[in-house]
Amino acid sequence: MPNSSEQLVPDSAAPTVSMISVRGLTKSLGSQEVLRGIDLDVRRGETLAIIGRSGGGKSVLLKNIIGLMNPDAGEIWVDGRNIIGLNERQLAAIRQKVGILFQGAALFDSMTVAENVAFPLREAGERDASVLREKVREMLEVVELEGQEDKMPVSLSGGMKKRVGLARSIVRRPSCVLYDEPTSGLDPVVSDSINRLITRLQERLGMTSIVVTHDMKSAFQVGNHIAYLHEGRIYFHGTPSELQQASDPILQDFLLGRSESQPHL
Amino acid sequence: MVRFLSAVGRAFLSLFQYLGEVVLLAADTFRSIFTRRLRWKLFLHQIVEIGLLSQLVVVITGGFTGAVFAAQTYFQFNKLGIGSGVGAVVSVSLCRELGPVLTALMVTGRVGAAMSAEIGTMKVTEQIDALRALAVYPVDYLVVPRALAMMLSMPLLVAECIAFGIAASYFIAVHLLEINGTYYMANMIRWTGIRDITMGLTKGLCFAVLIVFISCHKGLTAREGAVGVGKATTEAVVNASLAVLICNFFLTMFLNIIFPAGYQ
Repeated sequence: MPNSSEQLVPDSAAPTVSMISVRGLTKSLGSQEVLRGIDLDVRRGETLAIIGRSGGGKSVLLKNIIGLMNPDAGEIWVDGRNIIGLNERQLAAIRQKVGILFQGAALFDSMTVAENVAFPLREAGERDASVLREKVREMLEVVELEGQEDKMPVSLSGGMKKRVGLARSIVRRPSCVLYDEPTSGLDPVVSDSINRLITRLQERLGMTSIVVTHDMKSAFQVGNHIAYLHEGRIYFHGTPSELQQASDPILQDFLLGRSESQPHL
Repeated sequence: MVRFLSAVGRAFLSLFQYLGEVVLLAADTFRSIFTRRLRWKLFLHQIVEIGLLSQLVVVITGGFTGAVFAAQTYFQFNKLGIGSGVGAVVSVSLCRELGPVLTALMVTGRVGAAMSAEIGTMKVTEQIDALRALAVYPVDYLVVPRALAMMLSMPLLVAECIAFGIAASYFIAVHLLEINGTYYMANMIRWTGIRDITMGLTKGLCFAVLIVFISCHKGLTAREGAVGVGKATTEAVVNASLAVLICNFFLTMFLNIIFPAGYQ
């Protein structure tokens, strides 16, 4: 295992200084052990890109972090609180601090764009139509979708859906946003605009971000740190330049997209 | 033999697990009803979906059931010279059994299937995960409005079914089969009491609980994409229909103690 991952193995005091800390997380789906002991720290205000092969458990890790899945073992600390064992209602308080952009955006298909974006505010008790309208307009401006308020999700392109999903997840200004494959299925230009958006949110709003992706360009563009998930464990955790300089063959294979040394392919 | 016993054991365990999950969902929903704010807009939307839009189905079901039941009863009773007793038989049967059961089966097909499909689609497209991620508890948002609307609508739909059934039976008996209308009404009023109507409405409420929780549970546990939603919808309709028919027997036996049948 590369040195940088050993340097970044979190110590026991880490949960208090990090926005998100994961300790010894394991998770099996059916008979397959997807996560085999994840240790990870995400500092406040930083963007961590988690890369890894498709089906490697990146999305499962993200869903565990926000409590949508329950791990088999381990601890997950979000903003200084261990979320393991909390019920759905207790998790709601944590989820107000953490937004998530789903891979397919997961927009409510019976609502318009404006209703989707306003949904978290309405649920938080905001009833003033002018306030809601103004906040929706502001958020759609942030994601560069001005004037699309009345469209239904079915009439949006993939990139637009992700932008609306992002607007919905940040409308209540969470401290942290989790992105599940934000650029998958998008053309390079739209991908670049999504990446710039993620970077802008970090810079403008100081949000902590975790970006799960297998798009290397995206990982290098948005990540202050990059973690490589391999066979259910964090195989590498370092800066983008450390990753670029790494000579480890497994990392090299992934970075260069080589399949020759993968015996099972 | 061991293999057979273990298969039977597994089937029973999975049945008890399923029943347990439905009961827990119901308990969670009732807890939410009494402790959380109601989303009035969603509740009223469900009243329209369940109550208002089921009217035609229920009216046709009640009307034609009453009509055919009156005709069949008349064909038998008339041979014995007690044709004017048709009204009493039809009204008591509609109040105590046919009204609630047929309404429940029609609502299961129309509303239960839609509930299961809608919630199931939300499940497989991650919309329910999105609700949870946005700190909204899916039971509060999806199940509570449906459960309340169903529990309010079903007794009213049952009453409507009974009323149209009786009206249709009167029309057929008096105008087509030429039974004396006065005797028909007198016998019906004499043999039908508040206890019969109360029993029908109580059954309607019980069936509402069965339909809504079985359907919502199937939707919430749907998996594997479009096929999973289809399977969940089918299972919701089959399970809810069977539950209505099975529970109807036990409800009849139990409620007959409280609301005994026959002339008092």
